[in-house]
Amino acid sequence: MIKAALFVPCYVDAFFPEVGIATLELLERLGVEVDYPLNQTCCGQPMANSGCHDDAAATEALFVENFSGYDYIVTPSGSCTHHVREHLTAIPQSDETLKVRGSTYELVEFVHDVLKVRKFPWAKFPHAVGLHNGCSSLRALRTAKMSEIEEPFFSKPLDLLSSVKGIRFVTPERPDECCGFGGTFSVFEEPVSAKMGYDKVADYQRAGAEYIVSADMSCLMHQKGCAERLAVPIKFIHIAQILNGARA
Amino acid sequence: MSRVDHSEASSKFIEAKDHLEFHDRRLWDLRKKRDSESELLPEWEDLRSLASAIKEHTLSHLADYLEEFERNAKRNGAQVHWAKDAAEHNQIVFDIMSSNGASMLVKAKSMLTDECDMRPFLENRGIEVMETDLGERIQQLDDEPPSHIVVPAVHKLRGDVARVFSQTIGTDPDNNDVHYLAESQRQHTRPYFLRADAGMTGANFAVAETGTVVVCTNEGNADLSVNLPKLYIASIGIEKIIPRIEHLGVFVRMLSRSALGSPITQLTSHFRAPRDGTQMHVILVDNGRSERLGMADFWSSLKCIRCGACMNTCPVYRRSGGLSYGATYSGPIGVIIDPTFNLRKYSSLPFASTLNGSCTSVCPVKINIHEQIYKWREIIAKRHQLPFVKQQAMQIAGKVLSSPKLYRAAVETAGSSIDYLPRLMIYSRLNAWGRQREVPEAPPLTFRQWYLQNRGKK
Repeated sequence: MIKAALFVPCYVDAFFPEVGIATLELLERLGVEVDYPLNQTCCGQPMANSGCHDDAAATEALFVENFSGYDYIVTPSGSCTHHVREHLTAIPQSDETLKVRGSTYELVEFVHDVLKVRKFPWAKFPHAVGLHNGCSSLRALRTAKMSEIEEPFFSKPLDLLSSVKGIRFVTPERPDECCGFGGTFSVFEEPVSAKMGYDKVADYQRAGAEYIVSADMSCLMHQKGCAERLAVPIKFIHIAQILNGARA
Repeated sequence: MSRVDHSEASSKFIEAKDHLEFHDRRLWDLRKKRDSESELLPEWEDLRSLASAIKEHTLSHLADYLEEFERNAKRNGAQVHWAKDAAEHNQIVFDIMSSNGASMLVKAKSMLTDECDMRPFLENRGIEVMETDLGERIQQLDDEPPSHIVVPAVHKLRGDVARVFSQTIGTDPDNNDVHYLAESQRQHTRPYFLRADAGMTGANFAVAETGTVVVCTNEGNADLSVNLPKLYIASIGIEKIIPRIEHLGVFVRMLSRSALGSPITQLTSHFRAPRDGTQMHVILVDNGRSERLGMADFWSSLKCIRCGACMNTCPVYRRSGGLSYGATYSGPIGVIIDPTFNLRKYSSLPFASTLNGSCTSVCPVKINIHEQIYKWREIIAKRHQLPFVKQQAMQIAGKVLSSPKLYRAAVETAGSSIDYLPRLMIYSRLNAWGRQREVPEAPPLTFRQWYLQNRGKK
């Protein structure tokens, strides 16, 4: 039996506990023994992405302390995974740190590449869905073909979602365009960030999406805030929720 | 020198709705055309790797190739000058002009001369300078710098051009017809070519083995600038060197496809030697490039061939416009080279990015642009060039997020998380998240609280 630690990012813990619950339940359904280290907080990304590595160091050290005992660390967030894997550099690169960096997986990657599961017989989602690949998932973790690169088509999230009963996919005009969240960018560059979010939501609306689904809840938090302000009736759901059998 | 406030400038750009929509759509069209062209070449990704490797090789042997270029250019009959910075460059141009009694310069587009602020320098010394590239000329007449390195006036609508031309070259202010405006500018410019004392171009490439200056254009104005006057000056950044003529094909195949989504520019002109009875001068300009070459994290930005693909694909650039960067180079490539000119002045620019990485993926010479943006942020924070409020916010965030106890106190009290997380992210501009977006509702329980209630006893 595979044993894994669950990392629930701070904004998911505080605002979207249902995404953490769906991730936990999905992993358990797939036969994973899941630990949830109770002293976890954040991966350090908000500080490090702002350039403040000194301010990120203690948080990164705490992350390593919480998770170094595990061979698999799974999180429903592409950008946190990217931070841990590529940018957990504000602290000394001890064996523990390197182990944690090499053992952290975004949920879709973990299910697709490690568990190698493709069927979710309990999942049914009879809705028109737009798939949003967060930029970290798309261009850093490489979970799907990006439109900029000439390469054969592949999409790990689509591989997982396409077995869900009743699901239909709609394609916006600019599927790979960043939605404009960008962490602290969303507040320090608020005018451009909001405009990007508005454009993103409008693009999905024109494509006929009822739902936007993503492996990155931070993108969805931003897009949801934009859609609500624009009174666009699109709903938002994390991929873990659909794969875990959420109905709507 | 005051700091550029990109966010503030972008909010003004966004207010002009028609301009914004056009700008975004026009540049996105270029990105799409670029995709269609690259799809037609099965070897596209190989070309990118090859182009990158040639540039990296050249940059790591730069001094040798520059001297080889100099030898061959001299053998061809050109005169070669070395300028360590913008001031030297401008002085050399002035000296060449004045020693030949020249007072009228026609020039093709060159970002380098903008970087050197050459035009005002010469104009203050009695030399008339005429930009002959249509977009660059529009910007000159409107007294604005170019907003894009390939399409300098892309932020203007045709009505704006009609206004500028009517006020400067006497066109009909009510006639917005594109052909009318372009033809009017053409007719206005022609006499200048005939009476100019000197012509100037930049360079897309300088071939070491042949001493050739290669200029890629679509309008033909570079050829007129070079071939009509008796004096030709080419200003070249030292990173534009490529070793062999056979390498040129790699770059020519990628340049226009990346820039405009067309297979090749209308003209690829090779300027090699002065015509009989004329002079050809080449100025090799450093202006910070050697220093950049010594920067472990940023030297590869010198691979840039100035195609502008990173700008066209950048969702932030498309929605803020080139002028919002307050620098000669804007968009992603500007964000990583502007701080080398003035860290303090351009310290906000590396934050004008979501780190989405699209720029890196379209770059024909594989510059890791978004990774360099990330690295600049670290340097800017280390040198205490972050805005005070951001420094404070990050210090507090670092304290709270590194302490399970403080973190839980902040997120777990029902209702307080709604105050807490947005404040953590915004702090200074208290209302920034909520100005145009709804704030997420705080759930009754955090995930951890739910976990303890439901799984705590296992």
